[in-house]
Amino acid sequence: MLLIRCPYCGERSEIEFANGGEAHIARPADPMSRTDEEWAQYLYMRDNPKGLIAERWRHAHGCNRFFNALRDTRTDRFVMTYEMGRPRPEIDAATAAEAAR
Amino acid sequence: MQLSHSEFALAPAAERRRFVLQARPATLDVAARALGLGDTFAMLAAAAAGAVTALRLGPQEVLLLLDPAGADDGLSALRAGLAGVAHSLVEVSDRQVGLDLSGALVEAALASLTSIDVAVAAFPVGMATRTLLGKADGVLWRTAPDRFRLEVWRSFAPYLSGLLDEAARDAVF
Repeated sequence: MLLIRCPYCGERSEIEFANGGEAHIARPADPMSRTDEEWAQYLYMRDNPKGLIAERWRHAHGCNRFFNALRDTRTDRFVMTYEMGRPRPEIDAATAAEAAR
Repeated sequence: MQLSHSEFALAPAAERRRFVLQARPATLDVAARALGLGDTFAMLAAAAAGAVTALRLGPQEVLLLLDPAGADDGLSALRAGLAGVAHSLVEVSDRQVGLDLSGALVEAALASLTSIDVAVAAFPVGMATRTLLGKADGVLWRTAPDRFRLEVWRSFAPYLSGLLDEAARDAVF
């Protein structure tokens, strides 16, 4: 059972959660001033890294809140979860290496 | 919907009016004071005063269960306290049904349906949370060491009571 730590409810099973895609993608303040390429970049283009990714998750069968998580896409290990609105946290190399292990 | 084995019983809970209150956490604190339930609703916990029981299911959400006899007083106190403050108060009385689960096998029966730990140490009396039970969403509230209240959507009730019945039978052996 893969546990995910909801910032509000604590550790719960993965089946209670829904993934919300990559986090920290800001909607352009003035869409009309953007070119089609810039708008497509915002709408569709994602980093899809092999390694650490910051994602949105929602505790769909719990408190129903969105939060952000740092996860390693190779191992599915969650480094940490944090509340919406906070910037992506910096983590040190040792923690990143542990997540990749 | 009523089941009873020697060590597991499932019965419809007493009739309640149900409301979902959603608001910013600070507004929920105002609601807690208006209802006489202290300064704040503790997270994932139940609080009761008079005819009102409140289950804090998330930072922004409280499920209110009101005894029909005193519901109007509680509601008017709540509406007065929240006048002019942005919030959402929706009646869901007919959306949900309450099921009272009791007996020595209640933990074993629930444990086979949900991934959360329902032992007293991890899920103490008074704790309440929404979770997945089988394939259905339900609110689980521990009212005593061997008693749980399950609040589920009406159409899920036959499915869940059937699953719980099976699980309780299995747990005997």
